[in-house]
Amino acid sequence: MEKETCTFSFCKKPAIEEIETDLLLIGGGMACCGAAFEGARWANPKKIKITMVDKAATDRSGAVAMGLSAINTYMGENDPADYVKMVRNDLMGIVREDLIYDLGRHVDDSVQLFEEWGLPIWKVGDDGFSLDGFQAKEAGKAMLKDGGKPVRSGKWQIMINGESYKVIVAEAAKKALESNRAATGVSTNHYERVFIVKLYNDAKEPNRVAAAAGFSVRENKIYIFKAKAMVLAAGGAVNVFRPRSTQEGQGRAWYPVWNSGSGYALGLQAGAELTMMENRFVPARFKDGYGPVGACSCSSRPKRPTPSAKTIAPTRKPWRKPRRSTASTLTISAPPSATT
Amino acid sequence: MPSYVITEKCDGCKAQDKTACQYICPNDLMTLNRDLMKAYNQEPEQCWECYNCVKICPQQAIEIRAYQDFAPLGANVIPMRGTDSIMWTIKFRNGILKRFKFPIRTTAEGSVDPYKGKPEANMAKLKQPGYFTTSKPMPVIKK
Repeated sequence: MEKETCTFSFCKKPAIEEIETDLLLIGGGMACCGAAFEGARWANPKKIKITMVDKAATDRSGAVAMGLSAINTYMGENDPADYVKMVRNDLMGIVREDLIYDLGRHVDDSVQLFEEWGLPIWKVGDDGFSLDGFQAKEAGKAMLKDGGKPVRSGKWQIMINGESYKVIVAEAAKKALESNRAATGVSTNHYERVFIVKLYNDAKEPNRVAAAAGFSVRENKIYIFKAKAMVLAAGGAVNVFRPRSTQEGQGRAWYPVWNSGSGYALGLQAGAELTMMENRFVPARFKDGYGPVGACSCSSRPKRPTPSAKTIAPTRKPWRKPRRSTASTLTISAPPSATT
Repeated sequence: MPSYVITEKCDGCKAQDKTACQYICPNDLMTLNRDLMKAYNQEPEQCWECYNCVKICPQQAIEIRAYQDFAPLGANVIPMRGTDSIMWTIKFRNGILKRFKFPIRTTAEGSVDPYKGKPEANMAKLKQPGYFTTSKPMPVIKK
């Protein structure tokens, strides 16, 4: 559909289309694509209607639009309980451990599906070196679900050839939605270029969300989706803090610039509880790179043993000679990181 | 740095049923100027440099200025996305060419059959953890 520009039709009152559905998926990124695949299998026999609304083209929408070179979490041989420990440590203890554990024990199943659908995953070769997705396939390396050994770059991360990561997952999601459309007999259950901006609570049951309103970014049209349940996965908020880069460099953010914050705002305004909001992730920018990889930006200080009382004793440094020597200034103990 | 359209090459996708870059841009930045029949990036500072418009353009009329940290001034970076792999060509200002080829998928485009060989959802397990595809018992915290 062409974008409608430079016309006066926007002065007119927009057409309003009402759609009734059972499960509304707000967002078309990896989360809602997964929800569409999983949901349709449960919903189809019961003729439960699933509808996805995406503000962009689902093939290339969300944070995986440009692809990824790694999947940050794949359990494999690891215990999800250890994953919880890692995340808890990384986020200074302010976490919902139940959610992280649940993520940890569910993630492998999804990654294995991605590989089945065509995502090339690096495998460890017979010589111990890495094979990319094609080499692994040619070498007859087993798939992850059959115990194939992925290339690790860290304890949790596996390497992929993920240029088309989102395209592949979107293909599965679109087919899942199509199977639901066929099972329920609705005319359309996948809306692209529709931007949801407000949720409405039920008039009789104010504690329950009942509808979502949005507009087309292509034509002069407003959509109202009435739904019994919703999955809101509209992304986080990027550029909350003003980036150091200016003008044309502003888009060089780790997460996509189109994460407008509606994922938080819609839920908040409708009365939903937001959880794990204590941590804000601000990727560090440095020369030749920027990003969160391995959370190196916040934990780069090497581990050192807890200093004993002896080592904490004040170290006299020649450049730190107090100008006016008094007893109190001399006995200030240096913090452990400054003892060398 | 944001994407930009080489106007000499852009034909506004007049032979296609939709303007490719305008269709794909996740941030809705690429716009077709109907009078000139040329596309343009309407808000360069909001461009994530995701290269989707570059990859999809049938005329190869869109480029992205690379950052100096991997391609010094005067170089350009051109992706050619095929059905199973992508070729990145970096052309430096002194004429040196570097090419990098990566796989992008191991199955044919459009061949995904999401529920083929997958079990039906077991309604008795609806309130239990796990997906409908989960076959092994789910891990639980050992006490």
